[in-house]
Amino acid sequence: MLFEPRIIGFCCFNCAYSAADLAGSMRLAYAPAVRIVGVPCTGAVEDAVILAAFEEGADGVFVAGCLEGECHYRSGNIRARQRVQRLRRALQEMGLDGERLAMYNLSAAMGSRFAELANEFSRRIRLLGPSPVRKGGGGA
Amino acid sequence: MNSGGRLEKALAEREFAVTAEIGPPRNASGESVRAKARLLKGFVHAANVTDCQSAVVRLASLAAALHVQAEGVEAVWQMTCRDRNRIAMQSDLLGAASLGIKNVLCLTGDHQKFGNHPAAKNVFDLDSVQMVEMVRRMRDDGRFHCGDEIKGPLPRFLIGAVENATAEPTVLRLLRLRKKVAAGAQFIQTQGVFDLARFEVFMREAADAGILENCRLLAGVIPLKSARAARFMNERVPGVRIPDEVVRRMEQSRDQEEEGIRIAVETVDALRRVPGVAGVHLMAVAWEEAVPRIVSEAGIKPLGDR
Amino acid sequence: MIVAEAKPLEELLACLEESRRALIVSCSGCTAVCLTGGAAQATSLASRLKIAKRINGSDLDVETAFLLRQCEPELLPAIADRCARADVLISLACGVGVQQLAEAYPDKWVIPALNTTFAGSYAGEGVWEERCGLCGNCVLHLTGGVCPVTRCAKGLLNGPCGGPADGRCEVDPEVPCAWILIYERLQAQGRLELFTQVRPAKDWRSARDGGLRRFSREGMSRE
Repeated sequence: MLFEPRIIGFCCFNCAYSAADLAGSMRLAYAPAVRIVGVPCTGAVEDAVILAAFEEGADGVFVAGCLEGECHYRSGNIRARQRVQRLRRALQEMGLDGERLAMYNLSAAMGSRFAELANEFSRRIRLLGPSPVRKGGGGA
Repeated sequence: MNSGGRLEKALAEREFAVTAEIGPPRNASGESVRAKARLLKGFVHAANVTDCQSAVVRLASLAAALHVQAEGVEAVWQMTCRDRNRIAMQSDLLGAASLGIKNVLCLTGDHQKFGNHPAAKNVFDLDSVQMVEMVRRMRDDGRFHCGDEIKGPLPRFLIGAVENATAEPTVLRLLRLRKKVAAGAQFIQTQGVFDLARFEVFMREAADAGILENCRLLAGVIPLKSARAARFMNERVPGVRIPDEVVRRMEQSRDQEEEGIRIAVETVDALRRVPGVAGVHLMAVAWEEAVPRIVSEAGIKPLGDR
Repeated sequence: MIVAEAKPLEELLACLEESRRALIVSCSGCTAVCLTGGAAQATSLASRLKIAKRINGSDLDVETAFLLRQCEPELLPAIADRCARADVLISLACGVGVQQLAEAYPDKWVIPALNTTFAGSYAGEGVWEERCGLCGNCVLHLTGGVCPVTRCAKGLLNGPCGGPADGRCEVDPEVPCAWILIYERLQAQGRLELFTQVRPAKDWRSARDGGLRRFSREGMSRE
């Protein structure tokens, strides 16, 4: 049975969001399961927001911000990276595979890179299977 | 057998056990400890040596225990949680075992507030239940508290603990006693008993709960030297509660010391009849001469060359 | 401020096996400042508990209540309704707040979600460090403003032990030796005589050793 994962991508308006837009304009095909949520900066994506996505049944979540050193708010993406690392450990504690959460860094010009990453992440999640939160028990 | 000592044998053979208490001096005199031990010789299975009781600095209980044993009296070496952390405790336990100490009594210890160094920092790294368990594991499992193996001879102690049998609420005392026994206490010495009715309730409930199946209990008896001493204990010694009628009886007697001995003999006599009592522990600190009289007058047969 | 760290989720989950309805109570005081006990952490903890329970095949209803300060008894009745609905209360306050919550709702099982670790302050972004041992008998005027009771692992009062190497504590090479800091500060101030004076043994009655501490300010009682 083919499993179509639900993936939420929190994408910074200054870079990854535009990259996703560019991928669309370039008519690059990428995983349809990825739903993009635009954010002003990945530094603003709080724990609770990422956790809420998992609580609501997301199979995977990624946070995509600017290249390191190019954050429009200086260090928002660095904080986001640390937060994602911390939350990956927290996912393990909850019984979810930490691999279900990822952080990417892109510039606004990297449309094809975005499509690549979205596909790669989607493949990873497909291998992990549906979130056990959604299934209501078993697996990870 | 663990220690192979006299107290352990007496308890194993269900002989009515007698222990007494020796308070080491507030100076460096070993002779004063030895003199007290000589007074007790032949009347007790073992003599407790207190560990800075009431938090007053005294000659070390381990050193005093050696003086006592040098006089041919087996020592019950007391150790409190107040002044030593787990490192010092285990070190002292090994040392004591190497010097031939057979019995260790594990106590929490009076708070330093009651002693002559109230400004001291207290330790209480372990509590008495944890100490009992540590001593048992060192002996039975050959392990230090941290889990490391003790390579070589193990400290083989008979392990004792204390309980305040007549304190309230009884149910709480029983819960704590159960923990001490579960941790490994093989004998219990109680705080001085003055209220026999309450003590009997305690013993009955302990028996009903099956707490004393693997543990022998020695009931504490404190001979009162004077009515003043009784009042002092009521005011200053934590855990001791002497009923008003006993204090009054002391006050009204013409010879208070004699009356004190009489009360102690009556108490020993009554305690012997309480089911589950394996012996008595006579706490005549600074009045050790009273012990031979109480033992003889209570009709406990002389202990020969014990 | 008081600093507290989150307990492992596993420890909390072990307490919640029988629970159906939990209320997480946050604190906007010290534990919010050190980012372990505020409203954001309460929301996040609620999610984490719900996810973990759902993966285990059981459902836990988790509510959150945000308190300005949990150590303030007057603020606690405000959440009475929500406390009444819950079968267990999870506190994100320090040990003081946990006890106030337990006292306000004595029939409830109150679970501390944090380990209260020390009285300290900001020591760089996302870092807090112990500064006060609450000994009740301050010596900071004699030690160049550096507390030897907490910042020396042995709590020494008369200078460093023989252990420090390169100005670092023998217990943790990341930590500067408190007594070397004290020496340097007193030297810079030209007050080395404070270092050379022999400090007598401390009176620990004012510390935890002396029993429960209590402070009453005269003129504040209505009786």
